[in-house]
Amino acid sequence: MALPQRQTDIGPPHYKQFLPPVIEKNYGQWKYHERIDAGTMVHVAESGDKVYTVRVASPRLLSTDTIRDMLDVADKYCDGYIRFTSRNNVEFMTADESKVEPLKKELKDRGYTIGGIGPRITNVVHTQGWVHCHSACTDASGLVKAMMDELYEYFTEKELPAKVRLALACCVNMCGAVHCSDIAVVAVHRKVPVIDHDKIKDMCEIPTTVAACPTRAISPDPAKKSIKIKDEKCMYCGNCFTVCPPIEIHNPEHDGVAIVVGGKIGSLRTGPKFSKLAIPFFYNEPPRWPKVVAAIKNILEVYAKNARKHERLGEWVERIGWERFFKLTGIEFTYQHIDDFTFMRDTLRTSAAFKW
Amino acid sequence: MSKKYDTPLLDELEKGPWPSFVTEMKKAAARSEMANDELGQLEKSYRTKRGYWKHGGIVGVLGYGGGVIGRYSSLPDEFPGVAHFHTVRINQPSGWFYTTKALREICDIWDKYGSGLTNLHGSTGDLVLLGTTTENLEPLFAEYSSRGWDLGGSGSAMRTPSCCIGPARCEWANIDTLEICYQMTQKFQDELHRPAFPYKFKIKVAGCAVDCVASIARADCSIIGTWKGKIEIDQDAVQWYAKNGMDIKAEIVDMCPTACISYDGTNLSIDDDNCSRCMHCISKMTKALKPTGEKGATILIGSKAPIVVGSLMSWVIVPFMKLEPPYDELEELIRKMIEWWDDNAKPRERIGELIEARGMREFLEAIGVPPQPQQVFEPRKDPFFFWKDEDLTKE
Repeated sequence: MALPQRQTDIGPPHYKQFLPPVIEKNYGQWKYHERIDAGTMVHVAESGDKVYTVRVASPRLLSTDTIRDMLDVADKYCDGYIRFTSRNNVEFMTADESKVEPLKKELKDRGYTIGGIGPRITNVVHTQGWVHCHSACTDASGLVKAMMDELYEYFTEKELPAKVRLALACCVNMCGAVHCSDIAVVAVHRKVPVIDHDKIKDMCEIPTTVAACPTRAISPDPAKKSIKIKDEKCMYCGNCFTVCPPIEIHNPEHDGVAIVVGGKIGSLRTGPKFSKLAIPFFYNEPPRWPKVVAAIKNILEVYAKNARKHERLGEWVERIGWERFFKLTGIEFTYQHIDDFTFMRDTLRTSAAFKW
Repeated sequence: MSKKYDTPLLDELEKGPWPSFVTEMKKAAARSEMANDELGQLEKSYRTKRGYWKHGGIVGVLGYGGGVIGRYSSLPDEFPGVAHFHTVRINQPSGWFYTTKALREICDIWDKYGSGLTNLHGSTGDLVLLGTTTENLEPLFAEYSSRGWDLGGSGSAMRTPSCCIGPARCEWANIDTLEICYQMTQKFQDELHRPAFPYKFKIKVAGCAVDCVASIARADCSIIGTWKGKIEIDQDAVQWYAKNGMDIKAEIVDMCPTACISYDGTNLSIDDDNCSRCMHCISKMTKALKPTGEKGATILIGSKAPIVVGSLMSWVIVPFMKLEPPYDELEELIRKMIEWWDDNAKPRERIGELIEARGMREFLEAIGVPPQPQQVFEPRKDPFFFWKDEDLTKE
């Protein structure tokens, strides 16, 4: 069968054709919204029109079968419209209040998890992991699944002092905004990469590879027509591996994950914050990473118990001080916690006022 | 397609209440040989604690240099179905709204040419199709593009811009995030499809400082809606919140970062000149508080993840810009930024890192933006500063 005529540089379809009529009619004219429960909210327009939104969890990695199943629900209750959020939740919207409860019932009957609205955990932003990435040093989907099984009730029901944004990156490339999340997991290497000198000749540009190192640990090795690495300078970022695959950074025996906490994106109350190191290392323990999951749950619950209403995790820690954070959570403070890269000057304490 | 591999480790991840990606992979594997081998290879990764993907190769569709990420298994003999397993990025519509008809069509084409596995959506915002072969790329592109869908960005290029839900369903939007995102995507089609930059360049558009699209952390160019004017107060609505359990002193007054709100038990008042427009009070009392006056955006530059020289958040460059169609001023500003970066950066150097290396003055002069106190938290602390000849004035 002949293929249709291809087109180039057309860009995405204009969004207007995908807006539900109540959204199109009240575009830019919304007055306020209210949260009805953990997974339902209503937006009210200046015109008096309302749109109800029901939010459900997603593993992000979806089969076309499941997408079609969602579309069937959207056809039945949402006039054939569906939306996804910036954190990969799925949203079902209707202007008809009488459809909300039947919609939720059908979603539940089909096995969907409703929640993620308000001061709770919402869908986890994460990367590809072993499923589909060459630089992954943990699996993203599996660790997220194990984590969310354990924290499930904070999505569907239980409230926290404020919203808690979780993220997971399967290497320090951080395709998932791990660096500004309340609690996040980032996979790390701990060993200097191993160089395959024979392959470098054919596969790599020496100057590019040398320039790729942020700590200047790499220099040319003209005798071997290769490069050499100054071990004590290497911080295992893997950027050299990305530009030159024969510099093998992966080491299944020593790779694992770190937990970072206290980041945020919004400017509410306090400015956006980077996440900071809480726990420097766990070994990969597939399929369910029980120690990582338990550590995350501990941090979350200590925060939930001690923070004030509306206080994000990072704001709570800044109020009580990081020394108190380590004490309350029982997390050990190590050499790895002290910055010796770009943020050293900003992070060493220059005051005699601190807590025990 | 019958079950090809035993997956005892992955089966553990079908247990528990959270939706399981393993179940998704098995559903796809029931119909696709590729998805079947993907499942088998992943089970092996769970056994050995390592991935089996090679670096991305150069594959794509004719006339484009991006939009497809070549992915090859390092174990093609063991898992022939994933010998080629390329990612295709489809540029999502602004705000991730779809009709069921459109999304069903996307699924039907994908089942025909690929593994049936997707990401809704990828980290940058694209609709991601996981796993197809080199020979299927052209037919797949013809099918999608003839129906109005185009590829997103990849590699050292303009990446697919994305935006929050904005005016489509949010009372806090100060700018038309969906239209700005759409227009910028259209204006930069060439830069998006033909990688010619030193490294990636991302644009994200957020309607307010809540920043639901994480622009301040994840976009080289962050566009964040704001306003210049008073916050209008509906005192009856304030009382509604008080009666419905809100402790206005503790939750609003005491949490205001600039201490510009007062409350006497009946009336709330705001010292607007001292408000930094952080969105805390508005987000907690959305029925009662509403920004008024001129609407526009703050333009920030430079955020990125740790690779190469550490994480950065975006810096304020233009404190306020009115953003109205056809958005030529914004386009012109972005083009100037990119031009300076393209002229000066090393390979794999993001614009934020280049500004750090060269100094903010050089960047501001290159794009024609004057220095303003809104660009810094505080002025410099050390006495080492540069003078140019033109700065030296005689008595």
